[in-house]
Amino acid sequence: MQQDIPTDAAIELTGVEKTFGRQKVLRNVNLSIAAGKTTVIVGGSGQGKSVILKHMLGLVRPDRGAVKVFGQDLAKAGKKELNQIRMQFGVLFQNAALFDSMTVFDNVALPLRERTKLTETEIRAKVREKLDLMDLIESDGKYPAQLSGGMKKRVGLARALVLHPKVVFFDEPTTGLDVSRSNEIYRLFHKTQSQLNYTAVIVSHDVPKIFKLADYVALLAEGQIQGVMSPEAFQLSDHPLIRRYVVETMGPIYSSAKEEAALYEPA
Amino acid sequence: MSFRARRGRWRKLGIGKPFEKLGDSCLSFLEQYGRMGIFLFSCLYNLVKPPYPVFPVIRQAHFIGVRSVFVILFTGAFTGMVLGLQGYYTLNKFGSEGLLGSAVALSLIRELGPVMTALMVVGRAGSAICAEIGIMRNSEQIDALECMAIDPYKYLLAPKFLAGVIAVPLLTCIFNVVGILGGYLVGVVMLDVNGGTFFQGMYASVEWQDVQMGVVKSLIFGLLIIWIASAKGYFLHLEKTGGFGAEGVSRTTTDAVVLSSVSILVWDYLISAIML
Repeated sequence: MQQDIPTDAAIELTGVEKTFGRQKVLRNVNLSIAAGKTTVIVGGSGQGKSVILKHMLGLVRPDRGAVKVFGQDLAKAGKKELNQIRMQFGVLFQNAALFDSMTVFDNVALPLRERTKLTETEIRAKVREKLDLMDLIESDGKYPAQLSGGMKKRVGLARALVLHPKVVFFDEPTTGLDVSRSNEIYRLFHKTQSQLNYTAVIVSHDVPKIFKLADYVALLAEGQIQGVMSPEAFQLSDHPLIRRYVVETMGPIYSSAKEEAALYEPA
Repeated sequence: MSFRARRGRWRKLGIGKPFEKLGDSCLSFLEQYGRMGIFLFSCLYNLVKPPYPVFPVIRQAHFIGVRSVFVILFTGAFTGMVLGLQGYYTLNKFGSEGLLGSAVALSLIRELGPVMTALMVVGRAGSAICAEIGIMRNSEQIDALECMAIDPYKYLLAPKFLAGVIAVPLLTCIFNVVGILGGYLVGVVMLDVNGGTFFQGMYASVEWQDVQMGVVKSLIFGLLIIWIASAKGYFLHLEKTGGFGAEGVSRTTTDAVVLSSVSILVWDYLISAIML
């Protein structure tokens, strides 16, 4: 497998296998997520991208293989250690997974209330700061059912970032959003990452737009990671499966900006 | 013939099928009850482990208890009234309507109070708890809690257990008192049984053991209701019989209500048999 990643990995999956019922979803997944960088996992629907994410979060245990987060094996971690690790995680779920019987404010405040010993005034200030960052300050008293899809994702992002995590996971951050809404999410992602400097793991369908954010792109196909490389290398790769994926999602001929310019210039 | 070939042939002939099915259902039976047991243990463990969140318990007790009071008052009054009515006509045949007070009180305190209250709480709060947790499971809210390093057992479930164990016995007390007053209304006010005899019979026949039995029953029923309702909702994604999404929630809630009601009646018999 091709993998040109520096050694300081935040998360490392080695030889992970997982079977659900009779379906073998992950065959032999080897993947390391570089600390401080953005890694995007792409792949067809139903290939198990979200399953990989759930392994990293410790929600699912691998049948075989190991998942290490900051060098610590999740399978060997007790409940306390697992919680300690998860304290450094922020997750934006596919459907935002907001607590629908709580207001936006309480949703974002919950991690602070449950996981820290801050006073209510401090919590109020921190939540307002995050909501402000997401342009949600007027909606803090609303319930999730009263929000649009894009706003829900923004609340989810605010909640994921409120504890200043070291690693943030994004499960399909823009699925179901229109172009301007997804651009808004990308803009916020970019803004918050440069502010908070977190490691990002993104599972996405939004090719090629997502490549602009990525430091590394990994393709999951046939239950394995077929290669982790920079977006440019990914798009030019000779690997048959990566080639096929690029062709399927981006059209039959890939042309870089340079080539494209040449195409349109009069001969 | 090799084992594999033989197994293949058995499969083709369908000989192994019933055994396969039997084994499969045995395994899933064990799995399900093991899961329920571990679930109960985790909830109770988190109940005794500090810190003790007070506010969530009060909120849940309000939901399970205070908001059930009206239903309990209503059903309690009518149960007592019908007991007074039926008891009067039965006892009248033997000329012993003086025993009406003790008949009403004993049947309420020992049996009807705990059982009827529990059934009412199942219908009102049990179904709501199951649906609430089921929807949280369905929409990944429970996963979200876990990812935030918030233990769902501690945060979500333990307060419900404590609230159930507090609320159901109290509701039972209300049911009993209102029921006795209902019996008094029909027996004494409407059917002219002597009021003094009504209460004197009650004092003479109701003993501490009867009250104790009622309290034990209502405590166990409270635990049982919350256990079944919340476990059914919590393990919604593992249910094999239910559908998915909204249908899954509705089926599981129905299952939870049926299972809790049946368990209450079964346990009622068991506790009576042990304590009498």
